[in-house]
Amino acid sequence: MTPEDGRDKNPTPESDRERNTVNRLSAENLTLAYDQRVIAEQLSVEIPDSSFTVIVGPNACGKSTLLRALSRMLRPSQGRVLLDGQVIQSMPAKKVARTLGLLPQSSIAPDGITVGDLVARGRYPHQGLLRQWSAEDERVVQESMERTGVAELADRYVDELSGGQRQRVWIAMALAQQTPLLLLDEPTTYLDIQHQIDVLDLCAELHEEQGRTLVAVLHDLNHAARYATHLVALRGGRVIAEGAPNDIVTAELVREVFGLRCQIIDDPETGTPLVVPAARKARVTTTS
Amino acid sequence: MKTTLTLRTPGGLSLRTDVRALVVVVALLLAACAASVVLIGTGDFPISFGDVLKTLAGNGTAGQDFVVNELRLPRVLVGLLVGASLGLGGALFQSISRNPLGSPDVLGLSQGATSGALVVIVLLSGTAAQVTVGALAGGLVTGLAIHLLAWKQGVHGYRLVLVGIGVSAVVTAVNGYLLTKADLVDATRAVVWMTGSLDGRDWSQVWPLLALCAVLVPLVLVNARGLRMMEMGDDVSHALGVRVERVRTLLMVAAVLLTAAATAAAGPVSFVALTAPQLARRLTRAPGPNLVPSLCMGATLLVTADWAAQRAFGADQLPVGVVTGVLGGVYLLWLLVTERRAGRI
Repeated sequence: MTPEDGRDKNPTPESDRERNTVNRLSAENLTLAYDQRVIAEQLSVEIPDSSFTVIVGPNACGKSTLLRALSRMLRPSQGRVLLDGQVIQSMPAKKVARTLGLLPQSSIAPDGITVGDLVARGRYPHQGLLRQWSAEDERVVQESMERTGVAELADRYVDELSGGQRQRVWIAMALAQQTPLLLLDEPTTYLDIQHQIDVLDLCAELHEEQGRTLVAVLHDLNHAARYATHLVALRGGRVIAEGAPNDIVTAELVREVFGLRCQIIDDPETGTPLVVPAARKARVTTTS
Repeated sequence: MKTTLTLRTPGGLSLRTDVRALVVVVALLLAACAASVVLIGTGDFPISFGDVLKTLAGNGTAGQDFVVNELRLPRVLVGLLVGASLGLGGALFQSISRNPLGSPDVLGLSQGATSGALVVIVLLSGTAAQVTVGALAGGLVTGLAIHLLAWKQGVHGYRLVLVGIGVSAVVTAVNGYLLTKADLVDATRAVVWMTGSLDGRDWSQVWPLLALCAVLVPLVLVNARGLRMMEMGDDVSHALGVRVERVRTLLMVAAVLLTAAATAAAGPVSFVALTAPQLARRLTRAPGPNLVPSLCMGATLLVTADWAAQRAFGADQLPVGVVTGVLGGVYLLWLLVTERRAGRI
């Protein structure tokens, strides 16, 4: 599907494929399909522990699908997702939910729910019929709201909030789940640039403290390169490259993955790779 | 600002409830009881409030005892149970479809139960008990049909409502056809049944309904927390560890059973399943499916409507379905207008 040349200096996914998985979350030889439409075949990914892994790729490359499989929303037609050495589908649903949290793209705030109530719902996997609201639940919910800066909004209705605030509330809900692994599906979509950075900064902080592992799907390659400690580049359901952004983001890779000619310069703020797309004139001469 | 009540034991058990919802439930229960006592005292042989209570406690005269415990109490109990089943069934459907229009009246379940009853009345000239079984079967078959037609990678809200409206149209046509085939006696009987009435209900209708509620209500309430999470979308609830498909299927089956059984017992008492959850929700002002408040609201509504049907229009007694139909119809209009204004339909 994609040319194999020009990839030698990238750590190829095949080279380190001995998967005596030491990491908590990994996927082995996944075939992912919706009905009959196959999105990915033989897809293997390892999520390094305590990393901030970002999955990037063009539209319809299977990045959200991969995230759905990693969070057991989508059952792979072949292969398996391992969480702590167990096949994720075979584990009790609540046990998974105490280990791995997910912030999906499609979430609905119920009518007339307050911020505090919504965040409290993140405690569901820790609760039961006769353990509905422990002191621990109360403490964690308060902490999560403070951590994400929404504590003073606790009594406000979620529908009244701005997009950026609302996303913080959903992140607070996922935090209240207290999972060592947190998956985020395009957490910055629909936000303006200031709130995008705000949410990503928050993610970076959550990653740095407590050694939490974060996996996010992001659209913006520059955001990915700046925030990720581990980058997975997908195209056509295959891993084209994975590794630290400084090691793998090259002009060739961007052309291979996104079909875009560009220059890579150092981000003046962070020193991470910054993708500068080629000007229109340069682009029309090469059609990919 | 919302207040919640939390009970914690040293052993690590904790219970939590919304204070306002709790107050609403208690108030509705009291209202249902009061309305029931008034209803029992109402009729050609009026009995005072105090005498009804005395008779219920076993201290009435022989005549009062017969009227209260043999004639009117079972009717009121059927009313309470039917109202509760419809309220709970409606709340379940509305929560699963995430749409106030996703209630059994709109989805065609009541019409399906009516078809079952009409088949027995018109084609088989069956007994009252057989009509009940026919209605139950009709409701279940319709529920199954809606579920099969709407099921595609899980039942989704709008899909369920649209499929339900389609099924409802088809079933209504079938009902019309059956009526045209009926002779005059059967047709009269069918129309009376179709209006929804509690007339002549006795203990033989109370027990099966009570048994069904005794099984289904706890089953539903145990799964209510999962349903609450499912309001936030399948993905979020899945991520929180809710077994979405299992909970949804189980609750759908329970809701179909509750609605079909209620319809079999009293005929298609219209709009209780639609209005009770919405009214309950407006009283509690709490997010979530509001299952228990809806159940209590359904029971209160039905008994009150039955009293109104008997008394409000002087000597002319109406079937309870007429009253709920008029009230519910007005409510449905209001709902459509406000939903439209809010841009949801």
